[in-house]
Amino acid sequence: MIRNPRDLQRYTASERANHWVLGICFILLGLSGLAFFHPAFFPLVNLFGGGTWARILHPWIGVIMALFFLVMFIRFARLNLMGPVDWDWLSKVGKMVDGDDHDMPEQGKYNGGQKLLFWGLALSMLLLAASGVVMWRAWFSFPVEVVRVAMVVHAATGAFMIGLIFVHVYAAIWTRGTIRAMLYGTVTRAWAKQHHRGWYRQVTGKN
Amino acid sequence: MALQSLDIARRSATTTEAPQVRHTEEVAKLIDVSACIGCKACQAACMEWNDIRPEVGHNVGIYDNPQDLDDKTWTLMRFTEVEEHGKLEWLIRKDGCMHCADPGCLKACPSPGAIIQYANGIVDFHQENCIGCGYCVTGCPFNVPRISKTDSKAYKCSLCSDRVAVGQAPACAKACPTGAIKFGAKEDMVHYAEDRIVDLKERGYRNAGLYDPQGVGGTHVMYVLHHADRPSLYAGLPDNPQISPMVSLWKGIAKPLAMVALGATALGSLFHYVMKGPNEVSKELEDEMDKEAALEKEDAK
Repeated sequence: MIRNPRDLQRYTASERANHWVLGICFILLGLSGLAFFHPAFFPLVNLFGGGTWARILHPWIGVIMALFFLVMFIRFARLNLMGPVDWDWLSKVGKMVDGDDHDMPEQGKYNGGQKLLFWGLALSMLLLAASGVVMWRAWFSFPVEVVRVAMVVHAATGAFMIGLIFVHVYAAIWTRGTIRAMLYGTVTRAWAKQHHRGWYRQVTGKN
Repeated sequence: MALQSLDIARRSATTTEAPQVRHTEEVAKLIDVSACIGCKACQAACMEWNDIRPEVGHNVGIYDNPQDLDDKTWTLMRFTEVEEHGKLEWLIRKDGCMHCADPGCLKACPSPGAIIQYANGIVDFHQENCIGCGYCVTGCPFNVPRISKTDSKAYKCSLCSDRVAVGQAPACAKACPTGAIKFGAKEDMVHYAEDRIVDLKERGYRNAGLYDPQGVGGTHVMYVLHHADRPSLYAGLPDNPQISPMVSLWKGIAKPLAMVALGATALGSLFHYVMKGPNEVSKELEDEMDKEAALEKEDAK
């Protein structure tokens, strides 16, 4: 494939790699976590070499994810600070989901929905990592009352985060021309102008 | 496959019905604390029958030895000294799994068949299915299961399910020299306890009673206590044990709720795409950019 030189760079190679590490960790953690959460999903442990292996691996994958999420957080936190225009965007999101994005306020690199998702994921990661440590019996020993609370927090937050990622993935599929940003980093100018006009102006210097 | 004499009534992480056509009698172990002399024959018999050898510990000034239950100590005499009516009382309680009718460990266990409850009431750990997560420890209201440091599996008293299956009493009951440990049908054990309680009351223990806590649906290990109004006197035996609300929340409503929410999100997304179509870049913008590109090309020439 010949790439169009006029395409705009949205993510660097290192940012993309960072995101993919998180994506892989998330899938592995989600599958093994669901297996521990509900009997219907227990057979998923076979993807990891059985129940005991899934139990051994899950926390270590969690550690990797937490570390890479921290790097990602530092990279993107500033870009995701919410402003009045983001709340305005969010208040009109229903119309956009319904298929009409003509009235949406102009957005920078990220829109209000993406920013909200970013903070939702950050909060989830914080809660999952903290409660995960408490539950990690191979290395830690906390009072049973604390472990019980951690179990509930970990399960609820895990389910919440899986839901957020469903939304994240679907939004990328639904908004055509987005997946390529995650794969090789560029988007078309038309895509940028339609979805992130503020960012388009900033990187092209055009109107 | 369980022995016929050990029909399975409940199995961890299993959502379908257990076989329940045959009727099996519920068994129980009755520990008469008032008749216990603290000889630890039950501890020795437990080790012997189950082939477990805890490490030899150190004397730290109390009679409890080892200090706590562990993967190789499934029963433990716990000694408590209390003053009642100006008299010293030496309360000795044989601690171990209570074999709850509603077992918190089984409720919490994520691994199918790692914890099973037989129709006779015995709650047994099947280590070959145990994944070592320790959820059973979280679920237990009596602080009984222990994760082994050797193999990361959970262990506890099996009520000698292998002996019971062939009509024998548990090793501890067999070894007890004073008859403080009785074993039989739960109904019979309750009747026997009633006689003991009448006797204790006649001897001045007004609050003597049976410990068969209903918060966990009753237990298949019961105590006759001289002070049944204050079980916690006996080395912290829970006054009103029940499965923690946290565990009930986690293993109860959280599961269907999360599944429905996630299923709805996934299906909602799919049907949204099918019914509303993708969010495409507008044709006008594409054309505009094509024109721009053409102009740039002209300029370059």
